[in-house]
Amino acid sequence: MNDWRDDIFEVFQDHDIKQVYHVPDAGHSRLIEACQKSNSVRTMALTTEEEGIAIAAGAWLGGQRSAMLMQSSGVGNTINMVGLTKTLRFPFLTLITMRGDYGEFNSWQYPMGQGTPKVLEAMGMLLYSVDKAEDVKATVDAAARSAFHGGQSVAVLLRQKLIGIKTFGKK
Amino acid sequence: MSQATLQRRPLVKKILAGADDNLLVIAGLGSSNWDITNAGDRPLNMPLWGAMGAPVGMGLGLAIAQPTKRVLVITGDGDMLMSLGSLATVAAQSPDNLAICVLDNEKFGETGNQATHTSPRNNGPTDSGAGTDLAMIAKGCGIADCSTVTEKAEVSQLVKDLRGKKGPIFRLVKVMVEKLEFVMPPQDGAHLKDRFRQALLGNP
Repeated sequence: MNDWRDDIFEVFQDHDIKQVYHVPDAGHSRLIEACQKSNSVRTMALTTEEEGIAIAAGAWLGGQRSAMLMQSSGVGNTINMVGLTKTLRFPFLTLITMRGDYGEFNSWQYPMGQGTPKVLEAMGMLLYSVDKAEDVKATVDAAARSAFHGGQSVAVLLRQKLIGIKTFGKK
Repeated sequence: MSQATLQRRPLVKKILAGADDNLLVIAGLGSSNWDITNAGDRPLNMPLWGAMGAPVGMGLGLAIAQPTKRVLVITGDGDMLMSLGSLATVAAQSPDNLAICVLDNEKFGETGNQATHTSPRNNGPTDSGAGTDLAMIAKGCGIADCSTVTEKAEVSQLVKDLRGKKGPIFRLVKVMVEKLEFVMPPQDGAHLKDRFRQALLGNP
């Protein structure tokens, strides 16, 4: 079986995603590197997550599909800008690696991690959630269909159970 | 007090004069939106009514998606102050078809002309800022071609640069504080987006 991060890259290719936005993220790092090495994807590092939504809006105005990779802690930075996906009614796809979710050791991650599904729902975003490696490909594919065919603003929550618990060497 | 002498409306009219299908324009909420609309509403204008801090990012995504078109972002100092990091993101991508024009009146116009951080220091109890220099910030972010325009004599070069000079370029234009008529484009965001895509791509 493929690594699930490689599965996501394949889905990006299948859906003709041309721009990928990210902040540095351990959970997404393998996918980010695959995008950076690809000739068919323009990969952009952001200074803050809300930039990604504005850039995605511009990409769609120009006829290109995009996806944003972020961590749950970055979701809070985007909320007003998420409104743009509703106001302009443009397809938006984001993949969110969850922290403060399943066995998290860092208490600072819990408030935004636990708040992430609630605030995204409050903004009218469609949520998919995946915690098993074998479900990643089908879930991200379904999310991309909802976005690019169904015109929705969609987030896939990649649960901490899937990503693995960060320990910083603690037992 | 700002010593600016340039007036934003005739300036923006000059910047957009003869705009054709090759020019894609994004304007920030408030005054910049009314300015580009005053110059003539057109489908390839994307005037924002909200999403403060979005114009530079939108311009970037659009410039990458449409590398053969000229993309021009026109916005104000308040909007630019809310998304300074996006200038570094532009510099990192360095699209050669993107121009950013910030009309700096040193005020938050839509909320009653409170001082922004670009206002001078020690400018009285309610009108003081930090003298923030947005052109210097853009330069420091890594956009090589940045300058400030304050004089009428510089306007024709400004227009030329914004319309055609190899990007990314950043122009800070100091403009007067004025009370101007609202000239409003359609407000519905989905409509603005659809008409833009229809004009550019032939389908919404």
